[in-house]
Amino acid sequence: MTVNPTQDAFQTSSEAKTPNFIQNLSGRYRADAIFQSLAWASVGIALLILAWLLLDILIDGIPTLNWNFIVSFPSRRPEQAGIWAALTGTVWVMVVVAVVSFPVGVGAGIYLEEFSGDNWFSRFVEINISNLAGVPSIIYGLLGLAAFVYLLQPLTGGRSVLTGGLTLALLILPIIIVATREALRAVPDSIRLAGFALGATTWQVVWSHVLPSAMPGILTGVILALSRAIGETAPLIAIGALTFIPFAPEGLRSPFTVMPIQVYNWVSRPQKEFHDIAASGIIVLLVLLLAMNAIAIYLRNRFQKQSG
Amino acid sequence: MTAEVPSQSSTALWNPNRKRSKNIQRLVVLITGAFAAVSILTTFGIVATLIFETIEFFREVPFVQFLTDTRWTPLFSSKQFGIFVLISATVLTSTIAILVALPLGLLSAIALSEYARPNVRRVLKPILEILAGIPSIVFGYFALLTVTPFLQGIVPGLQGFNALSAGLVLGISILPLVASLSEDAIYSVPRKLRDGAYALGATKRETIVSVVLPAALSGIVASIILAISRAIGETMIVTLAAGQNPTLGLNPLVPVMTMTAYMVQVSLGDTPVGSLPFKTLFAVGMTLFLMTLALNLFSFWFVRRFREKYD
Repeated sequence: MTVNPTQDAFQTSSEAKTPNFIQNLSGRYRADAIFQSLAWASVGIALLILAWLLLDILIDGIPTLNWNFIVSFPSRRPEQAGIWAALTGTVWVMVVVAVVSFPVGVGAGIYLEEFSGDNWFSRFVEINISNLAGVPSIIYGLLGLAAFVYLLQPLTGGRSVLTGGLTLALLILPIIIVATREALRAVPDSIRLAGFALGATTWQVVWSHVLPSAMPGILTGVILALSRAIGETAPLIAIGALTFIPFAPEGLRSPFTVMPIQVYNWVSRPQKEFHDIAASGIIVLLVLLLAMNAIAIYLRNRFQKQSG
Repeated sequence: MTAEVPSQSSTALWNPNRKRSKNIQRLVVLITGAFAAVSILTTFGIVATLIFETIEFFREVPFVQFLTDTRWTPLFSSKQFGIFVLISATVLTSTIAILVALPLGLLSAIALSEYARPNVRRVLKPILEILAGIPSIVFGYFALLTVTPFLQGIVPGLQGFNALSAGLVLGISILPLVASLSEDAIYSVPRKLRDGAYALGATKRETIVSVVLPAALSGIVASIILAISRAIGETMIVTLAAGQNPTLGLNPLVPVMTMTAYMVQVSLGDTPVGSLPFKTLFAVGMTLFLMTLALNLFSFWFVRRFREKYD
């Protein structure tokens, strides 16, 4: 700490005038230093615990992670058990989620941002979306159970890939809509005005100019939303996805399991061997998530370079 | 200069079918509007299912019993439906979680926004956001198989399933959310406010505590409330680590059963439609929904009331 040469003089004069004010610079600076180190200590603690978590899972899971584990079906014997049924189940469900949530979410975002203006309907939808974002995911599972498993059973076939995909699609819809709107808002208005000046309709302008330049932002948002859906367990348990499926799904109406549910099943067994393959399953899940995040970042960079 | 009159054939090249374009425009607005309505349908679907099945539930179980029973045993032959048994467990785990996430998250946000150099912030912020995306099942594994055995060496009398390690790990799982959103709020406080405080002779800590944090209050509170409603609705961590044993009380060392854990327990069993356990699923879901809805509404009100606007 540098000593202020006028500090003493200032202190005495101010003490004389305002006896209530105690400058106590050194004490305040000490409190500052303590506060700053507390702040950095929090960052350190948070990162350390998260590093502990990841290391712990790697140490437990790496020894049992091999090609056999990836391509085997679940088994009563841990050394033969694998994640193939859950991995293919996850892929099936995620394809349904993507196919449903991408057009619906992006469409809704376009409507709210480009077409509707500020009317009662769009305001209502907006409030509604921010409310939906706060609803716990297991509640979506209850909706899926009532609506897709029982009400629409003839269509979905009950606790099927389609039911799981539709439930998760509803869950991530608010995220996609918000991301789409942000991406559209970032497109400069001059592009739209130029299009209108040439006599194009709003839709022509949006389709040919606004959407292409907003696409990287939209895709990034969609991929991040999908990576949220891939790790969701609770809503799929609520719709009654089974925990022991010794086969890969054969169609949209086929019963299924997904990786998080498979991991849950293994963790909740008492044997240590199952816990280890649960860690292996988590590693596969995390690698998938990392890959999706990397694709999102790659897309963003690539498109940014092209347009810039 | 002779102006060239376009020949008939080249004007035909530019022949916009305005009627068709307008019809397409109308059709697209209709379709995308319907997509926007899907979100409203979702809300109505959620509210309608919950209300319908909850009414069915209260036809069989009196509301008073739901509030005053001291045990939760709908799957046993002597049925009791004291929802506060489940609520107490949810409140217990969420409180522990907030006690972890609030100080660590807020201080981390302050460190990133106020103390970190720009390049450090550029690295740490995306890491935080990636950590916020780790699936809860991963934290559940960590809580049950790593944190509980670790804590059993420190805390005597800690059982294999307990609210303590579930709550602690729950706190770690919502920490990135608190830190990231609070950091956004703190970072967006304009620089001139800080400069004003420095000009009055305040130290950096005094500036942060008495000027920056109050200015960012609405955003910080919004992030904390979002984190609380996440903690209440979080399922896999508490199901795996806190256990499946409905106990009334706030002892963090014994197994408890949260609302979400009960819903998982019923869903994993084979419950036929229309049976009483099936209806309890929705009654508990309704309670959970109302709690998070109340938190969200409070958050909206608070942000609207206390938001500071700077030009």
